[in-house]
Amino acid sequence: MNFSKIKSDFELNFKADNRWKYLTSGLSNTLKITFFAVLLGVALGVLVAIVRSSYDKNSSEMKNGLGKFFLSIANAVCKIYLTVIRGTPVVVQLMIMYYIIFASSRNSMLVAVLSFGINSGAYVAEIIRSGIMSIDNGQFEAGRSLGLNYVQTMRYIIIPQALKNVLPALANEFIVLLKETSVAGYVTIRDLTMGGNIIRAATYSPFMPLIAVALIYLVIVMFFSWLIGILERRLRQSDH
Amino acid sequence: MTTNTPIIKTVNLKKSFGNIEVLKGINLEINKGEVLVIVGPSGSGKSTFLRCLNFLERPTGGEIYFEGVNLLDKNVDINKHRQKMGMVFQHFNLFPHMTIIKNMSLAPMKLLKLSKNQAAEKARGLLERVGLGDRALSYPSQLSGGQKQRVAIVRALCMDPDVMLFDEPTSALDPEMVGEVLDVMKNLAKNGMTMVVVTHEMGFAKEVADKVIFMDEGIIMEEGTPEEVFGNPKNDRTKEFFSKVLI
Ligand SMILES: Nc1ncnc2c1ncn2[C@@H]1O[C@H](COP(=O)(O)OP(=O)(O)O)[C@@H](O)[C@H]1O
Ligand SMILES: [Mg+2]
Repeated sequence: MNFSKIKSDFELNFKADNRWKYLTSGLSNTLKITFFAVLLGVALGVLVAIVRSSYDKNSSEMKNGLGKFFLSIANAVCKIYLTVIRGTPVVVQLMIMYYIIFASSRNSMLVAVLSFGINSGAYVAEIIRSGIMSIDNGQFEAGRSLGLNYVQTMRYIIIPQALKNVLPALANEFIVLLKETSVAGYVTIRDLTMGGNIIRAATYSPFMPLIAVALIYLVIVMFFSWLIGILERRLRQSDH
Repeated sequence: MTTNTPIIKTVNLKKSFGNIEVLKGINLEINKGEVLVIVGPSGSGKSTFLRCLNFLERPTGGEIYFEGVNLLDKNVDINKHRQKMGMVFQHFNLFPHMTIIKNMSLAPMKLLKLSKNQAAEKARGLLERVGLGDRALSYPSQLSGGQKQRVAIVRALCMDPDVMLFDEPTSALDPEMVGEVLDVMKNLAKNGMTMVVVTHEMGFAKEVADKVIFMDEGIIMEEGTPEEVFGNPKNDRTKEFFSKVLI
């Protein structure tokens, strides 16, 4: 490859017909899906983690009754959720959501956010559960001995500390999710990967668009890894 | 409640973990304003007994009356009663993600419905009393062990408890910090607080206790005034224990 070949390749793949716009709009879709899926995933994950750790902590001590009954049911539901989601590929989950469960909806972005959010929630749940379990039981007992009830103790004492402990792991989950959304093209979404693929199919010149896509992912991942590094250092400094 | 009913009374209190019976029927009365010191070898059930009193451990048998209410009754809201029973732990258990003042204000704000300012004012007053007025905005990690334990004590006091439970409050401290914590506890006793204290500080027990019990293998082996229990133990196990502890 000489220089003029590279130049003409570049112009063909990115400049002609404004093809670069496939990459920018694709990137925008990728970031949108990732961002909202992470929000959903964290919300789901916290909920599932609380149910699971509450069950592990309390079920043996609880009196038989309605409370224990509902907690057992909720725990069983969470366990099935974790097993199914973590036991199947995310792209299969995405297609089931799009072509079966939401077959009547054409809002593929929304379906993708739901799919990836539900998927991510399963992994986030286990991260947060490990965070909750890592908090010394003395913290819990101190809260209860003051008269705070279970929910208050979790909310003001346990969860804030647990989240702080797993913040780097959660940020890492964001990076994982960002890369996993690259299968969004399976349900007609023009994300970053799909954008590159569209260019490739139009120009019959795979090198530039695919390497460009890879570089963009890499730069974003490196940027967020760098942010996480700063975050970790900050957290260590403020480790009270 | 009349003055001569005990503030805490346990009747044949039992606790098992699985097949292991750790408390084998404890009968005890604690009157208002009394200081009860519990001594005994490690593993004898002292902590378990204390933790049963505020239901951190659920008793497996017997009765606990606190201010006339049987805590084992089904309809009892244990959270309400815990507010009246402060507890101080061996390892302080301060909340590391909160400043000292927040550690102290959290429960009063959520449970006594004090405003942020009211709670902070109360906390500052108590901090002054234990010589930590200047540490209100510190985090627990910035305090020494003795300071942490003094904060833990006033954090419990913020709830205006009727009884304070202490589980080896000085055992995790460097020797030079034991005194400052014991001083706070002595002051508390002098001001009429009802206290149940598990400790190996025999000097504190002799000076402050109204009653001492010696626990061994889940039962009360010996019970009486400090003079009786320390000076003239009737039981061989008690004698043996004191000969090891008191040097
Ligand atoms: N949560 C628990 N599960 C099982 N055994 C326990 C538990 N807590 C305490 N024990 C056992 O009960 C006994 C009494 O313990 P504890 O009350 O802590 O004694 P002490 O405070 O007098 O040293 C010990 O043998 C201990 O191993
Ligand atoms: Mg103990």
